[in-house]
Amino acid sequence: MMKTVFDRTKGLTSATMHYCPGCTHGIVHRLVAEVLEELDVLDRSIMVAPVGCSTFIYDYLNCDAQQAAHGRAPAVATGIKRVRPESVVFTYQGDGDLASIGTAEIVHAAMRGERITVIFVNNAIYGMTGGQMAPTTLAGQKASTAPLGRDKSHHGMPIRISEMLATLDSARFIERVSVHDPAHIRKAKSAIKKAFENQISGDGFSMVEVLSTCPTNWRMTPVEALGWLKDNMIPYYPLGNIRNPKEVG
Amino acid sequence: MAKAKGRVTIDGDRCKGCELCTRVCPVQIVVMDSKRINMKGFHPAMVTDMDKCIGCANCATMCPDTVIKVEREFN
Repeated sequence: MMKTVFDRTKGLTSATMHYCPGCTHGIVHRLVAEVLEELDVLDRSIMVAPVGCSTFIYDYLNCDAQQAAHGRAPAVATGIKRVRPESVVFTYQGDGDLASIGTAEIVHAAMRGERITVIFVNNAIYGMTGGQMAPTTLAGQKASTAPLGRDKSHHGMPIRISEMLATLDSARFIERVSVHDPAHIRKAKSAIKKAFENQISGDGFSMVEVLSTCPTNWRMTPVEALGWLKDNMIPYYPLGNIRNPKEVG
Repeated sequence: MAKAKGRVTIDGDRCKGCELCTRVCPVQIVVMDSKRINMKGFHPAMVTDMDKCIGCANCATMCPDTVIKVEREFN
């Protein structure tokens, strides 16, 4: 007898995503949607959409949404969660949003131990605005505002947000994952699930950083971009759990 | 042990032709259909030999646009 082993989750709407071919936002959206469906919290979830390519996540995920000003998603999520503690509140932010203009908001939300979940998609570039250098752009990586590549003597070295936030005692769970092959996608899903389970059980701030690609602005085919992620991003942004004090200590 | 048997259904008109699915198939039966152009203007993914499919769902796991459905035969 044939049984369905993979089908489109109810957590996604029927809308076709506007992302470029091969953009890994689609994979990360699906993982979040699958987790919310599996945890049976779609009807009480509220996402806070960022500014950037993934602003339109509110059209693609089957739950309530609020769109925040650039970088302010953790502050908006804080307000929603404090007023509606029974809701499952999460932000979905890119690196231009979270690691640049929104650095203050994410640091202080983590410091306060807000009971929210943060999905941080790091593709080392500004996607929507045309491939400008981001704080996460790797040394030597070309961007439209760094045509010869990021120069570490001039621009400094990229920021590792997860490691930085892991120094905060009130951050509950921080893990970095990647979506460059099916095995890592499955691992990414289990980290995202854990981040939501923490919130549902009343634990504090949880964040999953997902290493992703931007084939269009990296000037690569989608397949080449996954290879570039694996060979260049993972050595600088190592994968794994960075903070989970309850299980470690 | 009998080999697992699977079946893949691709919603060709939603496919954006990114080719990510073609690189993760362990039996290499997912290719881009160079003879067809879908509504979006891309060559969509297709399966060459469904009898070889083992239903691992790697292609569907990799697809950014969730256009692939996978079934597997259980005895």
